[in-house]
Amino acid sequence: MKKKKISGAEAVIHSLLNEGVDLVWGYPGGAIMPVYDEFYKFQDKLKHILARHEQGAIHAAQGYARSSGKVGVAIATSGPGATNLVTGIADAQIDSTPVVCITGQVPSHLLGSDAFQETDIIGISMPVTKWNYQITKAFEIPEIFAKAFYIAKSGRPGPVLIDITKDAQFELFDYEYSKCKGIRSYNPLPKINNSSIDDAVKLINKAKKPFIVWGQGVILGNAEDEFKSFVEKSGIPAAWTILGVSALPTSHELNVGMVGMHGNYGPNLLTNECDLLVAIGMRFDDRVTGDPKTYANQAKIIHLDIDPAEINKNIKVEVPIIGDCKESLKLITERIEKRSHEKWISKFDDLMKIEFDKVINSDLNPSKKGLTMGESIIAINEQTNGEAIIVTDVGQHQMVACRYANFIHSKSNITSGGLGTMGFALPAAMGAKMGAMNREVVAVIGDGGYQMTIQELGTIFQLQIPVKIVILNNDFLGMVRQWQQLFFDKRYASTEMINPDFVTIAKGYYLDSERVNDRKDLRPAVERMIKSKKPYVLEICVEKEDNVFPMIPSGASVSDVRLS
Amino acid sequence: MEKKKNFTISVYTENNVGLLHRLSAIFLKRHINIESFSTSESEIKDVFRFIIVVKMTKSGVEKVVKQIEKQVEVIKAFYHTDSETIFQESALYKMKSSSLFEERHIQNVIKDSNARIVTVNPEFFVIEKTGFRDDTEKLYKDLKSYGLLQFTRSGRIAVSKEKMGISEILNTFKNQK
Repeated sequence: MKKKKISGAEAVIHSLLNEGVDLVWGYPGGAIMPVYDEFYKFQDKLKHILARHEQGAIHAAQGYARSSGKVGVAIATSGPGATNLVTGIADAQIDSTPVVCITGQVPSHLLGSDAFQETDIIGISMPVTKWNYQITKAFEIPEIFAKAFYIAKSGRPGPVLIDITKDAQFELFDYEYSKCKGIRSYNPLPKINNSSIDDAVKLINKAKKPFIVWGQGVILGNAEDEFKSFVEKSGIPAAWTILGVSALPTSHELNVGMVGMHGNYGPNLLTNECDLLVAIGMRFDDRVTGDPKTYANQAKIIHLDIDPAEINKNIKVEVPIIGDCKESLKLITERIEKRSHEKWISKFDDLMKIEFDKVINSDLNPSKKGLTMGESIIAINEQTNGEAIIVTDVGQHQMVACRYANFIHSKSNITSGGLGTMGFALPAAMGAKMGAMNREVVAVIGDGGYQMTIQELGTIFQLQIPVKIVILNNDFLGMVRQWQQLFFDKRYASTEMINPDFVTIAKGYYLDSERVNDRKDLRPAVERMIKSKKPYVLEICVEKEDNVFPMIPSGASVSDVRLS
Repeated sequence: MEKKKNFTISVYTENNVGLLHRLSAIFLKRHINIESFSTSESEIKDVFRFIIVVKMTKSGVEKVVKQIEKQVEVIKAFYHTDSETIFQESALYKMKSSSLFEERHIQNVIKDSNARIVTVNPEFFVIEKTGFRDDTEKLYKDLKSYGLLQFTRSGRIAVSKEKMGISEILNTFKNQK
């Protein structure tokens, strides 16, 4: 590339363009103004979307990354702009989402002087970033940006933050960009150990009651096809974590449902009955394992993960297979026998029947007057035919959506899994839509989380981002209330909310909106929402005090999963 | 219950601002107290080496070392028991000069401990002692009654008996390129 002298701020734009970025989310302010000036000049090449809060910008970048598989980019000014990104950065870190955050910083000669809007965002973000770096000289920009994108998306993806002092943004230098191809201290793709493949194949071939639990690693590794081949050839029943769900269609005959605190009855109970557990791209989160001391003790465990630090972190395993699961799954599938496990699978079916009778039937076909979250999700399924991307926050609505939504395609379930961030869904949904414009995006949000980032309706309105927003309103912080009911003798401390008129608020943002109270109106309303080509807010008023079951009480064993 | 013991963690890293913070955050997040800490440039130019001593279970230290190694700028991290390393600490003792002449016994203490007098001036003199914790501790106790003005001890420095092979890792990377 030919050299030309440009400012650091312009170099930021060129670096982003060199990395194939065409959309960034952000919010301007003093210390990042030189970069914004370049956004203005380059607006035909690089779209900048103004969020209404930096937290909205970062969650949008996360949603964008998760629907598109590309790196999301969020940009903010120094001080409060930067600290407002932190929740989203932590969320991206724990859910392995590739995002690059750019923050402005006070001029380098003022660093450490408690200057206006100075904050140590490098120090603050260090424990929640995969990598971060403060640029104080313009010449560092191309190399650091190249490294940032390489680190964010390689290996186990994660968030990276680049802090740029204002003087570095003004400084002129000779710009030259070359992509990062490797870092000597960083090995994103550990080599697969062949002997562990041998061990895994032997265990799989002789297992009588094998069980697969898969997570988001299958999606992050673009290994959906390899995973499906493995499941089908091995004939092993497979259950998912909430971040893994859409990697295999919901209707697949070997998809037996969800594991974890509000997972399905069979997969949880039978975790403690299987003789072999094949864990793929998942990290044995405590919400999945319950009490780790009583988790799958009877089983041999094979653990496929790209991150060596996940091996034996929470659960001791017999056979670790460290590396890219796209590759390791292929190696295993080639060598295993084609089998079916009908008798073993019938156990999952039997337990599903019990769960249906005790939980699912009344969730989906309620006899009571009030609407349920479950039937709301089914109505969305019917109208979207399982083609939609469903975006959720955290709480009851999230569990119900993950349990009942129908998925056909990968990258269709976007939710705040590890961090459990209220306020994630609304901005993440607008990001997801921008990352997958040809797909329907439906945000399903509780009334609590919705109000944490409700200001992003402004962004959705201004850009007319056609996301469909469903508020499952029970006038409660439902999940906390459920715990208060079950474990704190119904002392509903600060969980009941007197809510505003959500339809009026949506209309204040000039968005189409309606409210549903009665069963007979639910399906027509969802149909109107899905048929609309514009953003749409649908408030569904549901039963105030419904609970989500099955449930494994916190710290209990997966075999203690309760149906009521 | 798994027993806790001393482990020496050796971390080879790039020489970058803030890496110390990134490493200490790993301990902070897990509520692990660091017993001793020291850092310097290693045998390889631009590669730094951190020596961190912790009192932990083996399974605990294994996990922490994996988290350390996961950091982008960490080249490699190891953990060793005391018997797997050669380690030393240094200590400095500042004493009143008058006590050297008034308390004849001090001279014997210094001689017996194989300590070294670094400097002497009319007001004070400084003794240096390198050895195991017990050695510097014993001298501390022996000198305390003679009016110790200041006392300081360094973090542990250690080399491993086994090979660490950092140059090999760096060369492999170079050859891949």
